[in-house]
Amino acid sequence: MSSMTDGSRIGRAPDHDDPLSIEAVEARVQREQTRRARHDRVTRVVYPIAAVIVLLAAWELGRDMVGLPRFLLPSPTEILDAMLRNRAMLLREAWVTGLEVVLGFALSVAIGIPLAVAIFQSPLFSKSVYPILVSFQAVPKVAVAPLFIVWFGFGMLPKVLIAFLIAFFPVVINTVMGLASIEREKIHLARSIGLSKFETFRLIRFPNALPSIFAGLKISITLAVVGAVVGEFVGGNAGLGYTLMLANGSMDTALLFAAIFALSFLGYALFWLVELAERLCMPHLDRASLRGETG
Amino acid sequence: MTMMSAAHEPNGRAEVPAFFEVRSLSKVYATEAAPVRALDRVSLSQQRGEFVSIVGPSGCGKSTLLMIAAGLSGASGGQILVDGAPVTGARKDIGLVFQSHVLLEWRNTLSNIMLQAEARRMDRKPAEARARELLRSVGLDGFEHQYPKALSGGMRQRVSICRALLHDPPHLLMDEPFGALDALTRDQMQLDLQRLCADRNMTVLFVTHSISEAVFLSDKVVVMTPRPGKIDRVIDIDLPRPRTLAMREGPRFAQYSREVLDVFVASGILREN
Repeated sequence: MSSMTDGSRIGRAPDHDDPLSIEAVEARVQREQTRRARHDRVTRVVYPIAAVIVLLAAWELGRDMVGLPRFLLPSPTEILDAMLRNRAMLLREAWVTGLEVVLGFALSVAIGIPLAVAIFQSPLFSKSVYPILVSFQAVPKVAVAPLFIVWFGFGMLPKVLIAFLIAFFPVVINTVMGLASIEREKIHLARSIGLSKFETFRLIRFPNALPSIFAGLKISITLAVVGAVVGEFVGGNAGLGYTLMLANGSMDTALLFAAIFALSFLGYALFWLVELAERLCMPHLDRASLRGETG
Repeated sequence: MTMMSAAHEPNGRAEVPAFFEVRSLSKVYATEAAPVRALDRVSLSQQRGEFVSIVGPSGCGKSTLLMIAAGLSGASGGQILVDGAPVTGARKDIGLVFQSHVLLEWRNTLSNIMLQAEARRMDRKPAEARARELLRSVGLDGFEHQYPKALSGGMRQRVSICRALLHDPPHLLMDEPFGALDALTRDQMQLDLQRLCADRNMTVLFVTHSISEAVFLSDKVVVMTPRPGKIDRVIDIDLPRPRTLAMREGPRFAQYSREVLDVFVASGILREN
């Protein structure tokens, strides 16, 4: 009520010209905001799907119009058909590749993180091992694949090792970087409240490094897929990389595409698992990023 | 060396053994060109229950002094004494508040405060009750489970103060704790801090570059000048407590502020046309 008399005093329109109360304005703004948020959520899902559908349709129809032969570019329906016909085989080979990737990745985490901690904690390690690691990163790991086949045969082991080798560096480097980048005040705080060196590491330094570590893990899981497939290319008798080579040999382009899609799904699924682990480990980031998205 | 500085007691209160004492403290940084004197034979003393502020411009070494006082940084010469015993490593008998809140972003408000309890192996239940009570006393009840990201700058600094007070430290060290806050929040924080100090009869060593903040809060203002970092004057603030915001407009407050200001004018840090 008082706001109305105030309004007329400072020369705004009298209240009968402006029937909206602040509550009504509030409700309208809130309503609009909710509608906009819902619209945002829907379009974020619908638009990409629509774009993919349009793209696939253009591919399906365009291929015949341009007159490209089937063995060069199969249409999406032909690829889908190849996927369905070979689903048992694709699933089996995806399992093999998936296992290689997961083992290689697990190995790179199991060795990479402790090694990074050692590099960080011990001046001896950081001066001796770290420079070697950094310079070794320049070696194209793919080139080591034939050597591993010679050493470890045609089984799963060389693939796991190649996946490990290629996935290992991002884990180490990101972990070292994460451990090193901490505000000096946090360490000061730890000392003044009487935390031991180990407790400081466990309660402050390591959790502080987690965002950086997970950034490394996400690069690493993608690279592990590359490593496993390269291993299968060079000398394999199983896995999606081997399927690709087979399809290539028999000029079965539809199967090639089917295997590529299967590999992409596999890679995406593994990446998503790492992201899930990240969200579970750092619930505070999740909430904050959600808030940032709606705002 | 020690004997000499003992003889040079600035305030001559030798008869009362001080709770906290800085004796002829120097800090020199070696650089490629020439050594830099960050602190040049600084001496001061503090009684239990006293609120002492160190005020000075940036680069006068006041934060360095506080870090050495906390035992987190080594001195190049001189001594820090607590109850007559020299400080040799990081002091655990303090509460420390920095200019930035230094909250762990992966812990919520309550568990950030409880870090203090975990580190000191305090009993969980009473410590948590105390943490909640502290939060209530700074108007943050209901925010126990918020992460730092969701809090405003003033709220974060309040949490950080609660963390520093959880174990009832005999000595509270604060390094420009309100320096990053807006003016109104700052006023509120000063009032809150005054009340906390009165309630608990705290001994606080407070670093700031704000003259009015120093005068408002302190029993004693130590004025430092830079290059090299030196104590120029120590001013006793004899204003009744609790101090009110209105007192800041009063003549005695103005007179104290002027006294501090005059040091800076005299040493050429401030130039009045």
